[in-house]
Amino acid sequence: MITFDGVSKVFPDGTVAVDDLHLELPTGKITVFVGPSGCGKTTSLRMINRMVEPTSGEILIDGVPVTTQDEALLRRGIGYVIQHAGLFPHRTIVENIGTVQRLTGVGRKAARATAIDLLRRVGLSESLADKYPVQLSGGQQQRVGVARALAADPPVMLMDEPFSAVDPIVREGLQAEFLRLQAELGKTIAFVTHDIDEAIKLGDMVAVFREGGHLAQFGSPQELLEKPANDFVADFVGRDRGFRSLSFDSADELVIDSVASVSTGGEILVLDDAGRPVGWAGPGLGDTSAPIPHGGTFTRGDSLRLVTDLAISSPVGIAVQVDVDGAAVGVIRHTSLVRQLDERRRRRAEPTA
Amino acid sequence: MIDYVIANENVILAALSQHIMLALVPIVLGALIALPIGFLAVRYGWLYHPLLNVSGLLYSIPSLALFLIIPGIIGTKILSPINIIVALTVYTVALLVRVVADGLRSVDGIVTQAASAMGYRRIRRFFEVELPIALPVMLAGLRVATVANISLVSVGALIGVGGLGALFTRGLQLRYLDPIIVGIVLSVLLAVLCDLVIVLVQRRLTPWTRVKGRS
Repeated sequence: MITFDGVSKVFPDGTVAVDDLHLELPTGKITVFVGPSGCGKTTSLRMINRMVEPTSGEILIDGVPVTTQDEALLRRGIGYVIQHAGLFPHRTIVENIGTVQRLTGVGRKAARATAIDLLRRVGLSESLADKYPVQLSGGQQQRVGVARALAADPPVMLMDEPFSAVDPIVREGLQAEFLRLQAELGKTIAFVTHDIDEAIKLGDMVAVFREGGHLAQFGSPQELLEKPANDFVADFVGRDRGFRSLSFDSADELVIDSVASVSTGGEILVLDDAGRPVGWAGPGLGDTSAPIPHGGTFTRGDSLRLVTDLAISSPVGIAVQVDVDGAAVGVIRHTSLVRQLDERRRRRAEPTA
Repeated sequence: MIDYVIANENVILAALSQHIMLALVPIVLGALIALPIGFLAVRYGWLYHPLLNVSGLLYSIPSLALFLIIPGIIGTKILSPINIIVALTVYTVALLVRVVADGLRSVDGIVTQAASAMGYRRIRRFFEVELPIALPVMLAGLRVATVANISLVSVGALIGVGGLGALFTRGLQLRYLDPIIVGIVLSVLLAVLCDLVIVLVQRRLTPWTRVKGRS
């Protein structure tokens, strides 16, 4: 657990970067610091490994104040990933990954073995081992940056906008990989981003910062979306937060209609021999021999957000549920979905006993 | 010409070895002195311009004048080779301070910060991260300084200690072209050879500069 106990940082020019921050980052979880630029999120992160020293207050890792520890030794025990990766241009990929191990006295061979293992774990080919950073794409460099931070197996990781400098498609891949890795490793991670969508997607907990280094809200992504503490947070999480908050609920509670019920509307759900939906046919749509694509299906366990999106974007306003084999098992019309979402909202609004 | 070389083999070899010593000792000394000064100029930003101005000024002193004032300053005999070594060391330092400072400034701040965040202490970081990354720029400067020194040594002949330059003065006094040609050829060969050695060292030490980038 990382504890911020009344931490403030005032720079020599009088700028208040962080103002009396109290925060607890739970062990084994990802805590995201998010906010507009100049809100103190990066300064807060950098105080954890003493790249910045607080003006007052204390930061503790598992109860031990960081300021009582030797700077270099403290940092070797904390993984650090930054934007643009910051790889050493004069070292090969395995040498980069082995940096901290070599600092702590691990032999060249052992460090290399760990590095090659990590290269695979972050989804890179072993053939990159002896290349130099300049020979890698931005996304690959960022993966190496993550591998380098993981090499000494530190319990704590600091990540400062690690995925901001790569294009959106690469970023999605990196985020997915990162979550998969974290599910395996269970590190205590502090993650800085200015992108609220990234915060919601990656964070177990999210700390929203606002200008002047104030903590505007600290809570789970769902709490942020459904119960923003104030206008600043509501504004920051965005206008479609209602829609996005549907990501956290399963569609399993929805009342699904039978596949046969679609015929009442005149549309025909065309199925293949195995009962899998192929597309829609009917007046104004395709022929049964050439139906128009259904645009996607959902299964048990998918989120309300996906089902809502399917229902809205479907050519006939109907989302199709399939079983594990892909065979159609039910449908839900957007009209029915809206009614059920409304009921859900009413249920939630009722005071719980 | 061949006759001259054969007849004066010992004189020529002595001149050549003195030339190598007079040119290369200052390079080594100069590099060792310039390194910490260049480091300070980068570490303490306010020192950068004063230090570079002073070194620029030193380099603008005419070599012959420097050869002549040095005995007065350090108390050596006017014919001592130490005068040449000190003077050329001054030039080398003047040239390399800028090169070292610019080399170190070329190191990306993100990289040095990442190094600190990984747990590098200051001195180890300098030798394992900043210095290697600055090496290509520094070695390029070292090539210039080395070639400049090899040509400057000859001027020392005017005060009696000049390596291959002695062949020029002798040729002039005797109105005889052979020693002058031999002196020029050897001087140029020496410069080319030293340059080549530095290039080879650079290729060996900085393999990452020769790989092809992706974009």
